[in-house]
Amino acid sequence: MSDGAITVEEVVAWLRDFAAVMAQEKDALTALDAAIGDGDHGINMDRGMRAVMERVDAATPADVPALMKTVGMALISKVGGAAGPLYGTLFLQFGSAAGPDGLTPDGWAACLAAGVAGVRARGKAELEDKTMVDALQPAADAVGAALGEGASFADALARGADAAEEGARATIPLVARKGRASYLGERSAGHQDPGATSSAHLVRCAARTWAA
Amino acid sequence: MKKLINDPADVVAESLRGFAAAHADLVRVNADPAYVVRADAPVSGKVGILSGGGSGHEPMHGGFVGRGMLDVACPGEVFTSPTPDQMLEATKAVDGGAGVLHIVKNYTGDILNFEMAADLAREEGIEVEAVITNDDVAVQDSLYTAGRRGVGVTVLAEKIVGAAAEEGKDLAAVAELCRRVNAEGRTMGMALTSCTVPAAGKPTFELGESEMEIGIGIHGEPGRERVPLASAKEIVERLAGPVIDDLPFASGDRVLAFVNGMGGTPQIELYLVYNELKQLLDGRGITIERNLVGSYITSLEMAGCSITLLRLDDELIRLWDAPVLTAGLRWGA
Repeated sequence: MSDGAITVEEVVAWLRDFAAVMAQEKDALTALDAAIGDGDHGINMDRGMRAVMERVDAATPADVPALMKTVGMALISKVGGAAGPLYGTLFLQFGSAAGPDGLTPDGWAACLAAGVAGVRARGKAELEDKTMVDALQPAADAVGAALGEGASFADALARGADAAEEGARATIPLVARKGRASYLGERSAGHQDPGATSSAHLVRCAARTWAA
Repeated sequence: MKKLINDPADVVAESLRGFAAAHADLVRVNADPAYVVRADAPVSGKVGILSGGGSGHEPMHGGFVGRGMLDVACPGEVFTSPTPDQMLEATKAVDGGAGVLHIVKNYTGDILNFEMAADLAREEGIEVEAVITNDDVAVQDSLYTAGRRGVGVTVLAEKIVGAAAEEGKDLAAVAELCRRVNAEGRTMGMALTSCTVPAAGKPTFELGESEMEIGIGIHGEPGRERVPLASAKEIVERLAGPVIDDLPFASGDRVLAFVNGMGGTPQIELYLVYNELKQLLDGRGITIERNLVGSYITSLEMAGCSITLLRLDDELIRLWDAPVLTAGLRWGA
């Protein structure tokens, strides 16, 4: 409870930053996906986040649960592939965990943890399967641990973003066990997972949004 | 990239509009969310048959909508699964009160989206069963992958199951039949060239002039190995051998032999492949009772082929022969 309440406007700013990064990183993510998947992750995430911002800007929901439901449903309906249901579930579960009362930093960390748990359940993925989970789980753990040690929200998110990026980089030597990349077997090693990469961007955007 | 397109972002929508205009007697096309549905849907009292997947595999699945096959198909973006909201609307459009069967190819994205769609449909009180096809023997290590992919058998299952639904079989029986077709069929494919997703603008993978990829999936995902180009006879041995050994098919078996083009291979080569396959199966004492030769489950403009064998019995033969009236397959109707 170190910092004050988190506003809907701040969460929207986080989403807007993520949408901008997805537009900017579209080709880079697609190139990563072409190496070990089917080469559309950046295209799909960019399309999905554009749809999210269109819906949010048309009518911004009043609280975080409603906002995240809008985000999750937009991603589910516009991204397609595996990333649509997985990112959709991440935001839907984040929103369900938020509850109607205001969100605190500890609450935000609990929401992220709930979202990551949802992604793991939907995708049946474990750590080191070379998926989004490899970035998201370390991030959720790091944010929770930092807040527990009394770190500020900004510092906790910065540590979460570092952990997510480290987790994404650590997917490089892994052999994929889930998703389309798994068909490459050993040939999937040596490439960074595109889903883990976009997830690391999401956490970095949060750190930027709530930087001290 | 050289393609007959306008804007890469509009490829699926514009192609669907053309499909709707060309086949207005058979289907109507809903634009948003996108689905291709039988003109006379929902058929009261009949199990609805829904399939779907990424676009770029035409004629699958939209080309198989019509009497005796699919009731509705959900096209996604190119090589990208359709979405749960889309599948839900499509499910509702064909629910004639007897429930809806979802035929799902085993790809992670398809599975996740179809699972969410089935949850949503059941919440709305529609009975839904899902059957997953996973006939691709190229994937050897199912334990550490997302499992065998759903490929050629999907086309055969849609035809056979569609005929059974037309006869009035109930949802449980139709789903069981679909599982049986999947269990009795095996496929393996190969590529001579890559393909280019319009939105990506460049080939999905690189394949040298004198190389081929054995065990390819239908999105250019690699399979077993990349090897030097060989004769059609040798390629057929490399595809049919693992297919036969996997089920296994044995001397005395009656089969449907399906030689499928990947999109960029001409019919002249597919029949040449069929000739090799016929000789190989004759040599093993396996009888081809029915066949299908042509490009039915494709990977955009990829050159190459896949070989599917389906073990037949009298019931499957009868259902295969039953009338079908779709853009992609039609006989007896």
